[in-house]
Amino acid sequence: MASAFYTINTIQPGHRTANKTFNNPNSPFLGSSRKLRLVPFSNTIQSAASVRRQSTIVAVSSSDVVKKKKTNSSFSHSDLLITREEGLELFEDMVLGRGFEDMCAQMYYRGKMFGFVHLYNGQEAVSTGFIKLLTKEDSVVSTYRDHVHALSKGVPARQVMSELFGKTTGCCRGQGGSMHMFSKEFNVLGGFAFIGEGIPVATGAAFTSKYRREVLKEADSDHVTLAFFGDGTCNNGQFFECLNMAALWKLPIVFVVENNLWAIGMSHLRATSDPEIWKKGPAFGMPGVHVDGMDVLKVREVAKEAIGRARRGEGPTLIECETYRFRGHSLADPDELRDPVEKSHYATRDPITALKKYMFEHNLAKEDEFKAIEKKIEEMMEDAVEFADASPLPPRPQLLENVFADPKGFGIGPDGRYRCEDPKFTQGTAHV
Amino acid sequence: MAVVFQAIGADTALSSTNLFVSKRTHFSYRQSLPERKTSVCAVRSNGISFSGLNSRGRKAEPLITNAVATKAESPTASAASKPGHELLLYEALREGLDEEMERDPTVWVLGEDVGHYGGSYKVTKGLAEKYGDLRVLDTPICENSFTGMAIGAAMNGLRPIIEGMNMGFLLLAFNQISNNCGMLHYTSGGQFTIPVVIRGPGGVGRHLGPEHSQRLESYFQSIPGIQMVACSTPYNAKGLMKAAIRSKNPVIFFEHVLLYNIKERIPDEEYVLNLEEAEMVRPGEQVTILTYSRMRYHVMQAAQTLVNKGYDPEVIDIRSLKPFDLYTIGNSVKKTHKVLIVEECMQTGGIGASLMAAIDENFHDYLDARIVCLSSQNVPTPYPGKLEEQTLVQPPKIVTAVEQLCASTGSCQ
Repeated sequence: MASAFYTINTIQPGHRTANKTFNNPNSPFLGSSRKLRLVPFSNTIQSAASVRRQSTIVAVSSSDVVKKKKTNSSFSHSDLLITREEGLELFEDMVLGRGFEDMCAQMYYRGKMFGFVHLYNGQEAVSTGFIKLLTKEDSVVSTYRDHVHALSKGVPARQVMSELFGKTTGCCRGQGGSMHMFSKEFNVLGGFAFIGEGIPVATGAAFTSKYRREVLKEADSDHVTLAFFGDGTCNNGQFFECLNMAALWKLPIVFVVENNLWAIGMSHLRATSDPEIWKKGPAFGMPGVHVDGMDVLKVREVAKEAIGRARRGEGPTLIECETYRFRGHSLADPDELRDPVEKSHYATRDPITALKKYMFEHNLAKEDEFKAIEKKIEEMMEDAVEFADASPLPPRPQLLENVFADPKGFGIGPDGRYRCEDPKFTQGTAHV
Repeated sequence: MAVVFQAIGADTALSSTNLFVSKRTHFSYRQSLPERKTSVCAVRSNGISFSGLNSRGRKAEPLITNAVATKAESPTASAASKPGHELLLYEALREGLDEEMERDPTVWVLGEDVGHYGGSYKVTKGLAEKYGDLRVLDTPICENSFTGMAIGAAMNGLRPIIEGMNMGFLLLAFNQISNNCGMLHYTSGGQFTIPVVIRGPGGVGRHLGPEHSQRLESYFQSIPGIQMVACSTPYNAKGLMKAAIRSKNPVIFFEHVLLYNIKERIPDEEYVLNLEEAEMVRPGEQVTILTYSRMRYHVMQAAQTLVNKGYDPEVIDIRSLKPFDLYTIGNSVKKTHKVLIVEECMQTGGIGASLMAAIDENFHDYLDARIVCLSSQNVPTPYPGKLEEQTLVQPPKIVTAVEQLCASTGSCQ
């Protein structure tokens, strides 16, 4: 099968050092310095020996992909990556993500939401680039920085905002909060507070897809799972264990590393012996890809290939997205450690402005259309906040609901009846 | 009087031809004990004796509760009406697994060496040949991740049974068991259920050393959202296994390394036991002895000695470690007014400690004496056999405790 991963860029080791100098701060699409080196790539790893020989398998710059890509579009430009509709969809999704997170910050400082809230500003290209390629039945697993993943997957902003406010109309009835976004309808499998803990769950969802096809004989079961996690997670055992299992059983999963260089205050380079995470893929027998995560179009190209691979049953892919969070780790983080030069560099690579620029340059949309979308999102945010404000807080009985799927698990009381059979049980007056 | 089977040494998977009785039993009635290497004596979980000899001439009554009835939970009737078939505990577990896997194609097993190797204690032997490599999945050695994987699969509609090759290995999976298995149903607002069964052999074996002799029930008991059961006989092993697989809740199913070769006759027809109910092993009037898993056999051995001395203990196998069946336990406390708990887990923070608190909270007024709890010593289990024995509660200690308990309330004989 034709693969987009046939050109290689290697990242120069140590290109991201503590004293960073950034090449080309004015060019939003080139990102890190790279040398182009063409090495043949095989994406079916037959044996460990061939893996070792192929250990230079690596990265892709989607601009290289684009040059060879043939387009079926009716546009005259031969290198257009998206249609107008797609572009507007991507734009809207990213503005939704950004607008929502900005609204979250406002609401937090007004005392409407509490605890640990981790915002996604700056990383929208990754979420939009990947998740907009999925169907409703595909699954997404994330970490605590999960609001935008849920939104991109289709969970209504109202439900997410209510969840953050802790109201019963939230997607998890208010019981999870910021770090635990779940949606059965849209197959968002969380939302996990401990890093790395969601990756096995994602592996399980992918396993289910394979099981359904091979054991239950559901021929149309080709659902793909995306697991999103950060650079800090890539030093965690569960990451490596799941890379192994996914490659071993050729599970339909894509591991997406959102490398924003910082794990709270721990720089990726201080925590990792080999900071190039994409290289860890081939060690387990899957392609490892590096992509500029501030550029939604490049992300989308890479994602298409990876998701296609998974859907065809060719196995997992590890994709490292170089990205950046504009805010601190959470709303409680003073964000004093990061170099202002670094922050301003990435601010020039804002994915939303970059996409807008691309679409202007290729005459795909006009300014007023963008303005209309931005206004629409603003109104959606106002509506979400109003809805969340007006929604009720969870009543006392909700404390004991959902602890067990089968409430017989609360046991048999001294009177011989199951505790859950007591009509006053969920009101909490019955003895637990 | 029920026959007590003294636990057999089984530090590795033993086939049924390789059994031996480690200690002689004291019973006077007829049984076949031709030489040292013999097939094990069968145990009746409901207290009905084989020979009919019983020092008080009493027949055990079946357990009656007001709780929601499960089908076919009438061991006396079903066991007596049909001949049944004899098997060992690990075979009973396998039968339970096999029946459930046949009945429901979403049930699958995963763990280390469960497939081609047949399970390190042969519980899953033959299942991989029957159901294939995906339904009986040999995993790499990564407990935390494959437990998490099973949880992810459970969220998506499958029913995994996770085997910890030794329960102690599940310490590595504590992250997934506590955070995801126990809490995910709640955190997702009820959207996702986690119908997993986590099973494996635990408990103190023979010379297995400290790390392979762990009892994890006390570590897991605080996790909200899970249920814990401990099996002790082939009959309840199969019944509880089937119930655990069918349950929508995550269940941690404790087996014991030394009990896999217990033999019993179980019914041919299908039966499912209640996960939340305790089992009346020997009804009595004088003192309530609560126990579970392997200690049941130590207790029954002590009970025989006590009966010979003229005492009348009531023995209850609590089976459900979380939640406790306070109805059965409460009825017993109200009758005897004295409670002895015999358990294998450590004294500190163990199941016994929680049980003591629960009984005191609910039935304080019915007690004539403080609750006595005999647990294992708070030490890592040593390798040498004699020391290993000393970490556990042995039958003579149980006898002494009952005698003291009865003496302290002045209500013996």
